[in-house]
Amino acid sequence: MALPKAKDDALAARLAVLPSLSDTGWLAAARAEARTRLSAMGLPVRRDEYWRYTDPASLVAADAPVAARFDAGDEAPVFAAIDRLKLVFVDGVFDPAQSDDLALAGVEIERLATAGATDIHWAQGLYGVLEARGQTPVHRPLAALATAQATDGVLIRVTGRAARPVSLIYVHDSDTSDAILHHCVRLEKGASLTLLENGPAAARFTKVLEVEVGDGAAFHHVRMQGRDHARRAATHIFARLGSDAEFRSFTLTANGRLTRNEAVIELAGPNSRAHVAGAAVGDGEFHHDDTVFVTHAAHSCESRQVFKKVLMNGAVGVFQGKILVKPGAQKTDGYQISQSLLLDEDSQFLAKPELEIYADDVKCSHGSTSGAIDETALFYLQSRGVPRKTAQGLLVLAFLAEAIEEVADDAIAEDIRGRLEGWLARHSAKAGT
Amino acid sequence: MLEIKNLHVKLAEEDKVILRGVDLTIGAGQVHAIMGPNGSGKSTLSYVLAGRDGYEVTDGSATLDGAELLEMEPEERAAAGLFLAFQYPVEIPGVGNMTFLRTAVNAQRKARGEDEVSAADFLKLVREKARTLKIDAEMLKRPVNVGFSGGEKKRNEILQMAMLEPRMCILDETDSGLDVDAMKLVADGVNALRSAGRSFLVITHYQRLLDHIKPDVVHIMAAGRIIKTGGPELALEVETNGYADILSEVG
Repeated sequence: MALPKAKDDALAARLAVLPSLSDTGWLAAARAEARTRLSAMGLPVRRDEYWRYTDPASLVAADAPVAARFDAGDEAPVFAAIDRLKLVFVDGVFDPAQSDDLALAGVEIERLATAGATDIHWAQGLYGVLEARGQTPVHRPLAALATAQATDGVLIRVTGRAARPVSLIYVHDSDTSDAILHHCVRLEKGASLTLLENGPAAARFTKVLEVEVGDGAAFHHVRMQGRDHARRAATHIFARLGSDAEFRSFTLTANGRLTRNEAVIELAGPNSRAHVAGAAVGDGEFHHDDTVFVTHAAHSCESRQVFKKVLMNGAVGVFQGKILVKPGAQKTDGYQISQSLLLDEDSQFLAKPELEIYADDVKCSHGSTSGAIDETALFYLQSRGVPRKTAQGLLVLAFLAEAIEEVADDAIAEDIRGRLEGWLARHSAKAGT
Repeated sequence: MLEIKNLHVKLAEEDKVILRGVDLTIGAGQVHAIMGPNGSGKSTLSYVLAGRDGYEVTDGSATLDGAELLEMEPEERAAAGLFLAFQYPVEIPGVGNMTFLRTAVNAQRKARGEDEVSAADFLKLVREKARTLKIDAEMLKRPVNVGFSGGEKKRNEILQMAMLEPRMCILDETDSGLDVDAMKLVADGVNALRSAGRSFLVITHYQRLLDHIKPDVVHIMAAGRIIKTGGPELALEVETNGYADILSEVG
């Protein structure tokens, strides 16, 4: 079916400003397929069901809205204390000079552009494949755009236990940068990798990360999206797990004019676990959207979605989360919680939790709440001599605790708590509300 | 130490007057008890002194060592040496009891211009004080008051008091919900803290608690005023005859 003219025009305008890519190998074919998918869907508009709470206009506009760089020099560099292999992208372009050598025991790392030129590559079975699967039943056009138009990315194949975490560092340099990245990670049977991501990336950032977690493999992902106030981002994680596999992903978002983080996870083999969690703190011009779709396609799997948002001075939080339990996925243990702490009456939280279950022997629970800080607890703390602002910080961190506990590494979890304390000390809701 | 003069208080949101001219002076090292029927304003008095929202002081003053409490934030009152043991200690999920205690102790020290206690010294001190109150290590690790029994909550209040070493302690119906053994434990904790430089205001319905925490002065409160003041024998009189005689006697 042809797209309405307005959608067609919007897509044409968006594609017109993007660089034309000259891939030759398998990548050219994968991109062509993605472009076909994209042409059939068009770019998202507010009327689309899963964009009702988040206006995609600035994410799909031909030009990226201007976003000033922000100097986060008031705190220690993210993940600085961790021994890791660093891969640096400046405005979405890999920078070999700032990056480490790509050699790492147990891991093969290649740049998308280089690997894409070959005729045959392992990533053929992954690049754009999970993204394409993830387009049903809900369209994710920005993900197809990233498959079709990514200007850079890395392909990571993990064959054993990765000697060190791989750290993707996204530097925002130009006020008008419009970065599109696409990464693939494949963990072979029994392999394990921790992937770290941090930084604002660009004025506007569109990204896909596809992760294939093989049987008995473990993938841990911790992401800290940069503190730039004006940046916009639409990110997607597509993951598929084999049997006895583990997937854990945690995202900390502090600031950002508009962030849409999608996660599409399929538990394809039995006895696997997928945990996806996020903590977001926003002040004023802040719109943060977590859209999560977890599919239980095999029996005896566990999934957890834990999302917490702290909002003040008109900040907006969105959560759209679904657990789909397919026929035969017995003994499913699914859990979903989305909560917001509204520090004033101007902020809002919009939540759409969904369960769709086609098996009869499952345990699924979901909950969504939004509320103000507990004044009684606040007074109790104050009455013990804790200043109001410190007391608020303690209660906010307590609120976020369940999400932060999803970070497997204790040192990183502690670091995240410290950064949140700092953020809370720098921000406060307007007096009298 | 604590001097309350002509204190008038109403609810902030409605026109309901609760305290109608309370006068009370507590000297250093003294233990005063306030007894009175339900609704007489006892708990309101304790909340107003501690600085809880929702009350409006329409007249009067309350000073601690000459400093006006009513103009201070709750945390400033605490740093000045005031402590309220809550009738219903508040549960705070996600905040560890130990973190809570250390944050409170260090915040008060900081407010007074003193150095923070080292983690090791703090731990040693908490363990020692907890032991005398029969508070085990598990309780210190758990979130503040979450899943604590009534008795554990009250013992936790006394532990906070012991750690913070306030000069003026208010105990708001600390005996409520306690069995005899638990009450004895709490009372022993309080008695251990009695000293020449520390005063107590014990709010209670029953004379029972005063068998364990012996007051120097007993006040009877009714309809927002202190209507009678006497020695420990006043509490016994209430125990025997109830409040009716005193209320009718005062009119």
